Amino acid sequence: MASKFLLVAQREYLTRVRKKAFIVLTLLVPFIIAGFGVLIGKLASSDDSTEIVDVRDTSGLGIATRLTQMSTPQLQFLPVTGSLAEAKHNFQKDKHAGLLYLPEGLDVQDPKGAQFFGKGNISLSKEDRVKKALTDAFAELKMQKSGLTQTQLDQLRAKVPLNSVSLDETGKEKGSNSGVTTGIASVLAVLIYFFIFLYGVQIMRGVGEEKSSRVMEVMLSAVKPFDLMMGKIVGIAAVGLTQFLLWGLLSWGATAVVVPLVMQDELAKAKTEVAATNPSADAASATVADQATASAEQMNPAKRANVISGAFEKASELNIPIWTIVFGFLAYFLGGYLLYGALFGAVGAAVDDQTDTQQFMFPITMPLILSYVLGFSVILRNPDGPVAFWMSMIPFTSPVAMVIRLPFGVPAWQLAVSIGLLIVGFVGTVWVAARIYRVGILMYGKKVTYRELSKWMFYKG
Amino acid sequence: MPHSTAAPILEVRNVRKQYAAHTALDGVSLAVPEQSIFGLLGPNGAGKTSLIRIITQITGADAGEVFFRGVKLNPSHIADIGYLPEERGLYKKMKVGEQLIYLAQLRGLSRADAVQRIKKWLDRFDIKAWAEKNVEDLSKGMQQKVQFVATVLHEPKLIILDEPFSGFDPINANLIKDEILRLKQEGAAIIFSTHRMESVEEMCDSIALINRSRKVLDGPVMAIRNQFKNNTYEVEGQGKLMVVHPDFEVVEQRERENDHFYARIQLHAGTTPNDLLRYLIGRVEVHAFREQVPSINEIFIRRVCETMPETLHETANALL
Repeated sequence: MASKFLLVAQREYLTRVRKKAFIVLTLLVPFIIAGFGVLIGKLASSDDSTEIVDVRDTSGLGIATRLTQMSTPQLQFLPVTGSLAEAKHNFQKDKHAGLLYLPEGLDVQDPKGAQFFGKGNISLSKEDRVKKALTDAFAELKMQKSGLTQTQLDQLRAKVPLNSVSLDETGKEKGSNSGVTTGIASVLAVLIYFFIFLYGVQIMRGVGEEKSSRVMEVMLSAVKPFDLMMGKIVGIAAVGLTQFLLWGLLSWGATAVVVPLVMQDELAKAKTEVAATNPSADAASATVADQATASAEQMNPAKRANVISGAFEKASELNIPIWTIVFGFLAYFLGGYLLYGALFGAVGAAVDDQTDTQQFMFPITMPLILSYVLGFSVILRNPDGPVAFWMSMIPFTSPVAMVIRLPFGVPAWQLAVSIGLLIVGFVGTVWVAARIYRVGILMYGKKVTYRELSKWMFYKG
Repeated sequence: MPHSTAAPILEVRNVRKQYAAHTALDGVSLAVPEQSIFGLLGPNGAGKTSLIRIITQITGADAGEVFFRGVKLNPSHIADIGYLPEERGLYKKMKVGEQLIYLAQLRGLSRADAVQRIKKWLDRFDIKAWAEKNVEDLSKGMQQKVQFVATVLHEPKLIILDEPFSGFDPINANLIKDEILRLKQEGAAIIFSTHRMESVEEMCDSIALINRSRKVLDGPVMAIRNQFKNNTYEVEGQGKLMVVHPDFEVVEQRERENDHFYARIQLHAGTTPNDLLRYLIGRVEVHAFREQVPSINEIFIRRVCETMPETLHETANALL
């Protein structure tokens, strides 16, 4: 009966939404997200700012001068004088990122003995960048020694800007931004993955509670098992959607309030700092800071509407199939959740004890985890490859695999087949789950095996 | 019995239920009269719960039919039946009031009606102060009361109570007993399912005995007891009891202090209790004299022993 199904769904929804844990979590997470936003913003701004590396060159090969010429907006080399001890002492006092020491008698052919000092642990990327600059400097030095003039060297240095352009079927050219596409794909996949996991487990727990509290028999004398199961699945889905929606809205709000407050003086500081320490890279760093200010200003509530429409415009400029993504995401979100939700419900029904769920959880979570892991390692790199194709067809992996592919553009027939298979898949799993559920919920004190489960499929009403 | 002739509220016809290798019900038929208390009796594992689950439509029968007031059982009857399972249970983290409303709504009651009736029942059971408490905060006895209310809130015409008095202290058991009798007065039929016959014997109008998936006996309580009495009388008195008479046979005799005695004496055909009394009066001082009617418990044990497999085996052999 439809009304009973709704009553069940309503109860599942209301009892969960009213829980203190739900309210606390819903209110807290946006601030955590906003906090992360601030943190990432800070890190990003520190990433953009210039890192200065002191160079104490006693080799007499003029490496320091060459390194200074190679400075980029991100990495500046600053020759210092004095003994190594003095340089170290000064370095420890200043705010510079590192100290490069080139010892006396450094052999051009076999340069050994150069040292790099940092504060705390030296990151691999920092070390790499310094190493690269040093290697280039030595290469130039060698080339000069073999007879090339400085002018010739300057001509040899080439800067090649690469402009990515996507060509669609009609031959229209559009800007492509694999960064944005990858970002969207990752966010969608993570959302679906976590939603299924978080709320699927809630379904399982809910069924387990009904079973262990023995309320099941009372319920079943009033409601059909299928209605009870679907009511729970739908009710919990509504809880999840409510939570995600609130998280989205609140973290937007929180970010709008928190980020500009924290970031404003951060940005101002960064600007003056960069300008003061690095006059040569002034123009470049100013743009960086401007961009950051602009992105912070976008959080301003008044400009939100513009931001959204702007994002859509940008998306279409970048050749991202925005509506396909929106509808595809919803379809895979719901389909995937229903498919896995039914299975989680069946597991909850099959076992007596929550601790026994492990053996049944494994085969259910396996394809989900697999699609997540392979999604990020393989599909994201090659969204049209065979792994991506097959995983986005199999209903157990398609919810995660296909949403990763969506922003890169998926042929319509593939999308149609995949969604069709997903529908078949979830109808099938719901059917299987309902049978396991129907028998399992009234089965107590029995150690359930897969053999046993397969028998339940064929029990009569 | 006044109701046995009227159309029954519930009729079970030839119901069979098979679980994998185990037959839970094997051709069970019975009829529950309107406005009566019906005892569904049998040892553990006899098939009582299986039968109840079929009546409450939790499971279906493999064969046979169930009729509710002459109509084949269907989902619309859920509103007419109230069920208190042996394994009691409610949603632990739900408030008493909300839980009762929810369960009543699932059985077709409107929210407003439910709220009104809950008020009445909580008043009656003196647990009004608990309506806003979570079920898990209630004592076990309190939870039982709440569950009883949940069972009868939608004013079912047929109330099925599985082991109704387990978990209640004597005071609350009496309270529940009175409520059950009142519900019967108001027109409901009640099925008691229990393996502890002595607890319901006095309340039941009729019974059915189930053993090893089969019904072994059913009918009105008094008729069954009369059917099983065997002309035996209990005598208590003072003096030296020495029965030497061809028409009377002493089944059991016990001497008590101060020259008192207790005896069970069976009359042979054609003898009346008055003959025995006359015989006794001349010899001893009679303090008590009553006919021994077997309790349902005794009948039950007798029948269960009769239907043990060995006996069945013998019967089968005799028939072949």
